[in-house]
Amino acid sequence: MSSIDRRPPVRRYEHGSRVPGWDEAVDLTKPPATVPDPALTPVPEELRAAIEAEMAKYPDRKSASIPALHLAQRHHGWCSPEAIKQVACVMRLTPAYLTSVASFYDMFYLQPKPKHDVYVCTNITCSLLGADELYERMCEAAEGHDISVRGFECLGACDIGPMASVDGEYVGPLNLDDPKLIVEDIEAGRPVLEHKQLRRRAVADAKGRVDDFDGIAPVGQEGN
Amino acid sequence: MPHLLFDRIDEPGLNTIPVYERRGGYSALRKALQMPPEAIVEELSQSGIRGRGGAGFKMGQKASFLPKGEMAKYLTCNADESEPGTFKDRELMQKSPHTLIEGIIITTYATGIHHAFIYIRGEYQLQADILDAAVAEAEAAGYLGENILGSGHSLKLVVHRGAGAYICGEETGLLDSLEGKRGNPRLKPPFPAIEGLYAGPTLVNNVETLGTVPTIINMGGADYAKIGTEGSTGTKLISVSGDVQRPGNYEIELGISSREIIYGLCGGPKPGRTVKMWFPGGSSSPVLLEQDLDLSYDFDTLAKAGSMLGSGAIIVVDDSHSAFEVMQKVVKFYAHESCGKCVPCREGTNWTNKFLARIEAGESTPMDLDILASVQSQIIGNCLCVLGDAMAMPVGSIVAKFRDELEAEIEAARERANALPLTDTEDLLALSAH
Repeated sequence: MSSIDRRPPVRRYEHGSRVPGWDEAVDLTKPPATVPDPALTPVPEELRAAIEAEMAKYPDRKSASIPALHLAQRHHGWCSPEAIKQVACVMRLTPAYLTSVASFYDMFYLQPKPKHDVYVCTNITCSLLGADELYERMCEAAEGHDISVRGFECLGACDIGPMASVDGEYVGPLNLDDPKLIVEDIEAGRPVLEHKQLRRRAVADAKGRVDDFDGIAPVGQEGN
Repeated sequence: MPHLLFDRIDEPGLNTIPVYERRGGYSALRKALQMPPEAIVEELSQSGIRGRGGAGFKMGQKASFLPKGEMAKYLTCNADESEPGTFKDRELMQKSPHTLIEGIIITTYATGIHHAFIYIRGEYQLQADILDAAVAEAEAAGYLGENILGSGHSLKLVVHRGAGAYICGEETGLLDSLEGKRGNPRLKPPFPAIEGLYAGPTLVNNVETLGTVPTIINMGGADYAKIGTEGSTGTKLISVSGDVQRPGNYEIELGISSREIIYGLCGGPKPGRTVKMWFPGGSSSPVLLEQDLDLSYDFDTLAKAGSMLGSGAIIVVDDSHSAFEVMQKVVKFYAHESCGKCVPCREGTNWTNKFLARIEAGESTPMDLDILASVQSQIIGNCLCVLGDAMAMPVGSIVAKFRDELEAEIEAARERANALPLTDTEDLLALSAH
């Protein structure tokens, strides 16, 4: 049995399980929050107008919950309890409902987060091309800066893998020196890695291209 | 081979109406508005076009399922392109958004729909902004809104941004998400064509499918059906990525050989490397091997080979990668994206993920691969949607096709972890006989 003893002890999480928990525990001592009273819930005027404009687009106002959460997150920096309460007040929904929606989607943050977002794609194609190491480099480069770095599921840009979305701007293919440049560009408020932006890249299919396209050649066809 | 969607798509300004019209844009709409709506559905049926999103269902048939007459009906364009390896709709929407908008207007006219939505994934911010601008432009030009070009048809088109959830690409999950809920799939039937968005009949189509509609109207369904093979008509946008030298989006005629795509168009793996396996239709499709490269790239041939054409996303893996590494990435993705509604998928994806971690930690034995395979077969067909199946199918195929390599990986991991050496069953039996 001695060889079993040499194994490291099983790591356990706080709740005693070998796997991390799914959700935060609910505080059962608090009464459930109702639809906020407009008289007691101040909502910034521009946020209210923007949410109401979204609601007007749909046959059912509830459809605007995701666009409204996007707006509130942009306004408050994250989906804070206050942000959720404001959306709930304008949309006439309960905060619990909106929290259930916000917690479902990867792009909503229910915890405070740094100002800038870097999503490094770590899905199949990108990881075949070295995304895991890139992600680690990105984390190192962002340390001490107001930047959140996340490994993200397929961002739909495998043609430029390994790639990242920096505040929504797709850049790639990235090498291990790029994380430093990305952080520099973010800090300087410049467009990020302009020579690697997807928006300026030509299509890979030769018949899709035109002579007067002033863009970046597709990956692997730089010489053509 | 004709280029129908990607023909000179890089032309600057193609995302605006003046350039799009100069290239013949919106002429299909004018032609369609002169036709009776049923005739358009008939053209779509005749074209034989199959859905470009993954399931490959015949578009004309789907449109004909919608009840006729005036009622609250909806069209939802599925632009939640999240299948790993897929990025074709992104290029189409970014460079030629009016192709999609024109297709949507024609389809709604044919089916008597007055409300349409484009559900685009939240990460595609650039493409969503371009679509927003294109919709505003089309409204100003009279292509959207009331009484389009004097035809009496009216249409309101809304671009709806998602917020990062793979499951919202599943049509009923998408509808729930569009209604402002968590994107949980629904029980089918009723199918969306009968009871979909806001409980009204709803047509859900992929970007590329709708984007092909103007071409079909211009060419005529019968002529379109001459392109490609009998069961897979037309051209297809494919996204090729991974270990190839020229990754990217290409438009191909369905039925060309897969080798022609991977080696001819994309240059194959780096010199000195060979194709170890390839996903023919996104990460959800069972993997194929190098010997399958001569298969014709169409819906029926790939289905017969035990895989699928799916979204047309080819991921090539060369021999520098281990099968275990690929499997682990696939599984991690589906475990993360399972919505949690159905037990076999929620538990199955997460169990598989933990199980692979056990293999990596050297706590597993080769016998466990049988359990792994059996769990996959218990997920398939047992959930409301196919997300669980989408993990189980490639994982099952990797276990079946790379069993020796996985067993060697398990042994190697045990050695690394200094675990007890494995004993052959015969030795144990011999031992107990004493």
